This record gives sequence, structure tokens and C-alpha cells, in this order.
Amino acid sequence: MQAFTKLDGLVVPLDRANVDTDAIIPKQFLKSIKRTGYGPFLFDEWRYEDVGQPEMDCTNRPIRKDFVLNQPRYQGAQIMLARENFGCGSSREHAPWAIVDYGVSCVIAPSFADIFYNNCFKNGILPVVLSDTEMDMLFAETEADEGYALSVDLAAQTVTTPSGQVFNFEVDDFRKHCLINGLDDIGLTLQQADKIKAYEATRKTDAPWLFS
Amino acid sequence: MAKTLFEKVWQQHVVSENDDGSVLLYIDRQLVHEVTSPQAFEGLRIAGRKPWRISASVATPDHNVPTTGLEHGITDPVAKTQVEALDSNCEEFGITEFKMGDIRQGIVHVVGPEQGLVLPGMTVVCGDSHTSTHGALAAIAMGIGTSEVEHVLATQTLIQKKPKVMRINVDGDLPEGITGKDVALYIIGEIGTAGGTGFAIEFAGSAIRQLSMEGRMSLCNMTIEAGARCGMVAVDDVTIDYVKGRPFSPTGEVWDKSEAAWRELHSDDDAVFDQEVHLNAADIVPQVSWGTSPEMVVSITGSTPNLNDAKDEVQREGWTRAFEYMGLKENTPMQDISVDKVFIGSCTNARIEDFRAAAAIAKGYKVAGNIKLAMVVPGSGLVKAQAEAEGLDKIFMDAGFEWRAPGCSMCLAMNADRLDAGERCASTSNRNFEGRQGAGGRTHLVSPAMAAAAAIKGHFVDIRDWKKAGE
Repeated sequence: MQAFTKLDGLVVPLDRANVDTDAIIPKQFLKSIKRTGYGPFLFDEWRYEDVGQPEMDCTNRPIRKDFVLNQPRYQGAQIMLARENFGCGSSREHAPWAIVDYGVSCVIAPSFADIFYNNCFKNGILPVVLSDTEMDMLFAETEADEGYALSVDLAAQTVTTPSGQVFNFEVDDFRKHCLINGLDDIGLTLQQADKIKAYEATRKTDAPWLFS
Repeated sequence: MAKTLFEKVWQQHVVSENDDGSVLLYIDRQLVHEVTSPQAFEGLRIAGRKPWRISASVATPDHNVPTTGLEHGITDPVAKTQVEALDSNCEEFGITEFKMGDIRQGIVHVVGPEQGLVLPGMTVVCGDSHTSTHGALAAIAMGIGTSEVEHVLATQTLIQKKPKVMRINVDGDLPEGITGKDVALYIIGEIGTAGGTGFAIEFAGSAIRQLSMEGRMSLCNMTIEAGARCGMVAVDDVTIDYVKGRPFSPTGEVWDKSEAAWRELHSDDDAVFDQEVHLNAADIVPQVSWGTSPEMVVSITGSTPNLNDAKDEVQREGWTRAFEYMGLKENTPMQDISVDKVFIGSCTNARIEDFRAAAAIAKGYKVAGNIKLAMVVPGSGLVKAQAEAEGLDKIFMDAGFEWRAPGCSMCLAMNADRLDAGERCASTSNRNFEGRQGAGGRTHLVSPAMAAAAAIKGHFVDIRDWKKAGE
């Protein structure tokens, strides 16, 4: 997994609440058996006027010019601002795969849906939770100032604005450790294989119906 | 110390605790389908890993399978590749699979309980958010992403932080015609789509105990639509009666031992919850969603909301967008809204009881002239066979409904079953998101009886006033 340590990046503001994973990556792209190639189809229905199909060439598709991802000033954004309950709905990990494939590796929102939040950490994306007030300020500054960039530091757990204002955020120690080091958590869990085996041995006696 | 139902099951599954408070949680059962598993199996192959305990996982294809013309197989080559990948992965790793053509094949969340693969007190996961369904059997059942599917395959565990626990009490008697689906939509309307974020929910109260197992599954299924990864109902006679005699359920002495253990799976009288919600069953009337989020829901006797009633600017903008997408205006009575298509199916409502309720409405009637398509899609081959044995298929077909083969179908429209842009659907599925049932499609979530009634009348009606044909 790609590690996440510190990111200085252009910001794109997605000013909508309850953005669901069906919107992030529509169902037709879930037929792929790969983890990559979803970036051109991120927010497909909001981004294009036609209906996208897997593996199609997106370079000449008609775009919805008013959608924020299509605006010239936000091209190359690596940080996305979002509103409450971002990533709700389907558990599809294709959503973070599409976000990271597009080039965004940090999403900042007042709240995230649980499964999506969890999926981000498995894919080198840092989801940052800030307060509504802080989000309102970041949205206002991003929209007012073309080229607006933020500095996100995972080790220090801070988001720093161009004017030097610093916002702190919370993140679980274990998730932070894995993300900073780009660690595969399966390998870490398998270090506890003996404990898992011991647990199973006990349960086979106490609850044999679980092992039929 | 007094414990909640959730805590009892959770504590039985903790393998070890980490310094930051997270735990390594043992997973008893993993259900697998074709959409969220290929990358997980590929991950195992790349790392040279084998599944930890092969018998813990069971697979069936559901999202991509066609529901008609099965003799031609899957005609979409991309979908076909994905279903074939599930077949070959299961074969390579030795995982039991109910393939297309097997009568046990169907929607993974219908098949699991039906086969006795999900038992009370289990931890159950699947790469699908509607895994919450299985909490109806007092299991901790959670949807996970593909990386976690791989983690469970490789280690039989998940690294988890214990969520807070909320109890939602629905007290009183359920009024006539009110189903688990209506209860689910009503709760989401009350607490909102993020109301359960960070929580596990226990559904309790006399109205919940009155629900059948199918009704409890519809309710727990939509827990994720309230933001909670898992919803649970305590074990009672309904649970025990449902589990007994299923193909993978225990028998003989092991059954006796398991039943005794399962009877303990309820919250202790003085257990303390992080949050409690109290609702009255008598307040629940048939529900219909009007917008593009499951919390945008009203009673069939009500109307779409007035923008001035929005609680804040964010909600007002959300409602404005939803009105535009849905082609609706403020203050529109729900019973004035006509539909183009009707879908009865999905992991929420494709069990035998759902079809009995819908057939009871449809019997002796014909689908209205403005309905382009009314389809009934069973949750499994066994549900289909049971419905046919009861003559329900004939009732539906006589009325003008299409009777299809099992699969997820138009709930998420990965196969050919979908809405065209602008089409409006009465659907028994679980999500009314933009584009969910097809790009530009407009979804209204309802119970099976309400969907059947909308098909007959061509618009939404209150099934409490329904007159049987000939009456």
C-alpha cells in the first residue's frame, strides 16, 4: 500500500452532504476484477453528460462543465473537501480505488460513513474529520482563492492553511501507524497466528456448532 | 456486570486486544459474492497466502446474474468474466459455492439464513453493506470492503474498534399492514441516514418481537441506511424456530447445546446503552420515500416536504436537488405520484413472506395500463420454488407481473434490469440514491404490499384501504 505522510496539495471543494458510493463510482464499473483504472469514472454521472461504460475512452466524452471536478482551476487537485456523511451506502472499495486513481489522497469532511472511512486507510487515502465551522471556513477560502492549497501532515495530525492557520484532527494510532508506513495489516495480523489458533481451539469445545 | 446483546457476542469473539483499544475480532462466517471478491482472491495469490479456514466461507453469485433468459447464460462479457472469476477462485481455494443453476443460488443475504449458514451469536461479514441483514438472528453482521474480505480470508479475523451501542425500542402493537420495511423506513426518517454512524443498533420492544424472521431481516438489512454497520434483534422462539432444521444448522446433542447458549443472547435487564430511542408502533403508517436518500421518507398519507421546513441550509440544498432529480415539487400528496415500473425483490424484500404479502394484494387484479414493467424477483432458487408451490407465481403472472429468476436485479441494476432516465419506480429495495437503479432513474422505496398496490393502481395508494378483488 502507498504510504501517506505529508501532502501539500491543491484543494477541490465538493459542497454536498450525504455523497454516497453509488455516486462516487456507479455500478457498471464494479464488474471489473482489477483494483485500478477507476479514476476516469470517478463521479461518472455528475461529471459527464453521457452514461459511462467500463473501459471506455473518456477523453472525448461530453462533460458537465458546472461540476466542480471539471472546472479548470481544480485540475490536479489532491485534496477534496466534502460535507457530512461522505461515502455512505454501498461498501464498495471501488469508491476509494476511484478516488486514489483520480489522484486525490486526502478527503476532509465533518463526518464519514463507517465502512468508507475504514476502506480509505486500506488504500493510502487519509480521511480527515474537521468541525462544521472549520469546514465552512475551508470551503469559503477554497472558493475565494484560485490555486488554494492545504498542507496535511499525518504525523503531526494537522491541516495547515496558506495563511498559516492550523487545524488538528484525530486518528487511531494503529491506522496512523499502518498508513504512515504503508503497511499491509494482514502481515501484522498473521504475527498473532498462535493466538488465533488458541482462540479457535477453545471455541471448538465451547461452541462446536460454529465449526461444522 | 449487566451486558447488552452486542457486548455478549462481541466479547465471545475477541482474540486479543491492542494498545489503542482496537481488538482482533474472530469471524465465524464470511459470505462471498462475485463483485467484491476477485481483488481479494488476487491479493491472496500475489502474497502466496491460503484461506485460514476454508469452511468458514461460502459463496454465491448474485449481483450480476441475469433474471431472465438463463438458458443463454450471461450475455454481458464483463459480467460473465466476473462470475467465472468467482467460480474459478472458489474452485482454486476450495470454497463452497452455490453456482448459477443450483437451486440454492440467490442473493447472498437471503441464502445465508435460508441455509442455516448464519446462526445466532455468530460474527458474520461479507463484502456488501447489507450484511447487516443477518443481525436479525442476533449475529454481529457487518459489511466490509474488499481489503477486509482478503484479511478475513487470510486470517479469519478483523481489526475492529468496538462501536457504541444504541437501542431502538419500538413499543406497542404493530398496526395491520405495517411490515419490517415500514418500521425500517420510519426509523431512518426519525434518526436520519447518519443517525447510527459509529453505533451498533439493537432493535427491541414489543413491535419488534411481533415481527417474523423475514420482517426482522428487512429491518436489520436497512440498518446501514441509518449509518450503522450492524443491527441486531435478540433471540426468542421466532429465532429458534427459524434456525431449526436448516441444512447447515446443528442437530442432535449439538443442537441442544447451541439452543441453550442462544437463549442467553439478549440484553440483560439492567444493561446500559450509549443511546436509547423510543418510538411508538401505533405512529407507523405505510412509508414511501420521496427523495434521493432513505431519510427522505414520508407516510403514504403525507406529502413531499415544504422547503421552508428544512432544518438548515445543507438540508434545504439537499431537498432542492432531490426535488429536481425526482421531478417532484413541494407539498405533493404521495398518493398523486404515478409510477412507470415496479420492482419487488432485493436482499430487503425477496423472501417468501414478502411475496405472500404482495400476492395477497395483486390477486385477481391487473397491472395498471401506465405501468411499463412490473417484475417480481425471488431472493433464491428455493424461495422461487416455494412461491411456485404456493401458486404465487401464477397470481403475479395473471395480474401482469413478470416472474423472474433469483438475483439482486434492479436493486442496483448491474444486470440488464434497470430504469431508463426519468422513469419512476415503486421499489422494495433499500436505496433511492441518484442513479442507483439506472442513470437518471427515480426510486421510491416501499414495502412489497405497497409496491404491488402501486402496480395495480398505477400510483401510490394506502394499502390499509385495499379491497380484495371481488369485494
